[in-house]
Amino acid sequence: MNGLLQLRNAQAVRADSVPRLSVEEFREAVICAVEGGARLSAMFGRPAEGNRLLVTAVLANDPDGTLQACSTVVDGGYDSITPDCPQAHWFEREIAEQWGVRPQGHPWLKPVRFQPPCRPAAGQPPAAERPVIGVTDFFRVEGHEIHEVAVGPVHAGVIEPGHFRFQCFGENVLHLEISLGYQHRGVERAMIGGPTARSSHYMETLAGDTTIGHATAYCQLLEALSGSHVPARAEVLRGVALELERVANHVGDLGALAGDVGFLPTLSYCGRIRGDVLNLTAMLCGNRFGRGMVRPGGVGFDMDSARVEELLKRLAVIAKDTAISANLLWDTPSVQARFEGAGTVSRELAEQIGLVGPAARACGLERDIQNHHPSGIYRFAHIPLSGWDSGDVFARAYVRWLEIQRSLAFVSEQLRSLPEDVVMASPSSPAGNRFAVSMVEGWRGEICHVAVTDDRGRLAAYKVADPSFHNWFGLACALRNQPISDFPLCNKSFNLSYCGHDL
Amino acid sequence: MTQILVNILLPLILAPLLLGVINRTKAVLAGRTGQPLLQLYFDLWKLLHKGAVYSRTTSWVFRAGPMVGLAAILTASAIVPLGETSAPLHFAGDLILLAYLLGLARFFTVIAALDTGSAFEGMGASREVTFSALAEPAFLLGLAALARLTDNLSLTGILGGLTWHTWAASAPELAMAAAAMLIVFLAENARIPVDDPNTHLELTMIHEVMVLDHSGPDFAFILYGSSVKMWVLGAILVQAVLPASSAGYEARLAICLAGMFALAVLVGVIESVMARLRMIRVPQLLVAAIAFSLLAIILVLRRP
Repeated sequence: MNGLLQLRNAQAVRADSVPRLSVEEFREAVICAVEGGARLSAMFGRPAEGNRLLVTAVLANDPDGTLQACSTVVDGGYDSITPDCPQAHWFEREIAEQWGVRPQGHPWLKPVRFQPPCRPAAGQPPAAERPVIGVTDFFRVEGHEIHEVAVGPVHAGVIEPGHFRFQCFGENVLHLEISLGYQHRGVERAMIGGPTARSSHYMETLAGDTTIGHATAYCQLLEALSGSHVPARAEVLRGVALELERVANHVGDLGALAGDVGFLPTLSYCGRIRGDVLNLTAMLCGNRFGRGMVRPGGVGFDMDSARVEELLKRLAVIAKDTAISANLLWDTPSVQARFEGAGTVSRELAEQIGLVGPAARACGLERDIQNHHPSGIYRFAHIPLSGWDSGDVFARAYVRWLEIQRSLAFVSEQLRSLPEDVVMASPSSPAGNRFAVSMVEGWRGEICHVAVTDDRGRLAAYKVADPSFHNWFGLACALRNQPISDFPLCNKSFNLSYCGHDL
Repeated sequence: MTQILVNILLPLILAPLLLGVINRTKAVLAGRTGQPLLQLYFDLWKLLHKGAVYSRTTSWVFRAGPMVGLAAILTASAIVPLGETSAPLHFAGDLILLAYLLGLARFFTVIAALDTGSAFEGMGASREVTFSALAEPAFLLGLAALARLTDNLSLTGILGGLTWHTWAASAPELAMAAAAMLIVFLAENARIPVDDPNTHLELTMIHEVMVLDHSGPDFAFILYGSSVKMWVLGAILVQAVLPASSAGYEARLAICLAGMFALAVLVGVIESVMARLRMIRVPQLLVAAIAFSLLAIILVLRRP
């Protein structure tokens, strides 16, 4: 089909089976696929022979549950895909920044992370020419009563660094530009040559609140590359940990949303309940954020029946408390007055810019890796997709509440029927010259990891696309023509990761 | 003499406790232990022992802001009687002076904020003057209604002249004036639903964002000034709602103090059960307060 390689989530193929198209064919293929309803899940470059760049695109076709991949070799400049396919917008900026190629005709070619170029052959630019983080030509609205507000990178709360530049007309935001990169650590580069003993830890700390999500995506990828099999019991425990992570974060978000509108009861209750859920994860593996739980080949810790009993008992209490606390939000008119109509993203816009996760589902889009590209336990146990269609803060909050209920039901159902098995298969190392894509629906949305191995089975390229990478631009769009005083609320309703974006 | 001393000193001593009561109420309703009742006193003590940091872009206006603000509010507190006795400072028309002293304090807070040149503080200043332009008429018209009702132009006379008989004879007018005063009280003291005193989000603040750059003793002045301001506005509201002029002085004072802390509990309850208004809706609330005051005045003027 149109010259693209078809594959499935967590399936490895020969690296050379990814077709190399000409730049023209590549553009055409990506644009046609996206027009036909596919999503651009990842796009990344890696060095090719002759100091050129091999650009690979991974497209997700949700309705039939397949992925597509294709690549092209570019040299210096090429015609940008973005004007015809806005989803490529951030990816092309990233590639241009990392590899020094120029997407001609890109409407917004600015750095995304201000990182120094990766290509060693091109040589490092002198210190004076290296990008300085946060220094770029921000878009400016000119006019008599226009004023500019700069927020961050140091914020008043204990949150991660990011810079926000608002162009305001009175209290109204005309334009918001988000400038990130303060958390860039070079995780993708550190993975090359691996996997090593450190790789799992890099993945777990990629975005601290998505430890299980990223670790699962990484392990799934490694297992695909090495063709190893994960015991059924480990698959279930991974699912349980992933859903507990989702519940903890969603509950925390509902509380924080309440806090941003000054509604104390839900803020206080949800803050406590989030801790209780994190403690359940600690019952699984001894760490509240799930560090050390998911490991290549299975999970690091098993559950005994006494602990399962205790966990189920606590889960029932949590379900009851969360229901009381969340329903306070929907039953309080003053809260609904703040949530409804704030930061609306239309379905068309969400589709165009490629939103993922709860933010996309709140716009009426059906995007859920667990449903469309299931892997692990989700191939056998389906969680219904939770959606809403108003696209505002209320929708994003309500989708979270729906997901909390379904995840809690899933966890208790799975724990009651834990298959008897070992939890760790004997490890095997990745095969040589393989290409694989691994996707997981983390609590924030689609987590996509792509890896290519060299002929000795070491990682030659590793690409991580955190959901935040797709969604930050959605936040900027949601703020158009909104009062600036609603920014914290809109921001919280997306709750994106800075370090997940910056890698 | 004792009455005057009590009238001067009690607000100065007890004002920070009001905030403690509000915070304790909120904590209890949220199932938390909460900060100590005397937290604001500790904070003031701590801040007074710190140095202040001044930005190079600021001028004397920035340093004068907190001092003028506190001085104006302390003077205002001398106009308000406590326990329906004679205030230390009273004359016909002193309620106008009260409104303008509060206005002066606000004016200096606003220009000190603008003096920093920060985008946040500019936004806060703009919001503060927009909302107070609506809160002030509601406050003055409400006082005017009370003044007409008691045929007196001094706060001492007005609050002393309100009795249970006035309430029995003109409950609707008084209730509407009191409702307007309660809204003004919440707005002027930066409480929910108008402002959120607990938020750390600069973009949503009104009052707090204007004082972000003040530190040390200056900030102590500002915190203390706002607590006394809360006392001043609260004392007017409480004594209008709880007229006790038939009882003896001690009883009146006790009723007044009990009323003040009941008001603090009420504010805590309001903050615990509702969210903040969207900022573009705040003017509607304040216009509602103006409408209440106007209706009160119209009803009072139409009385035979």
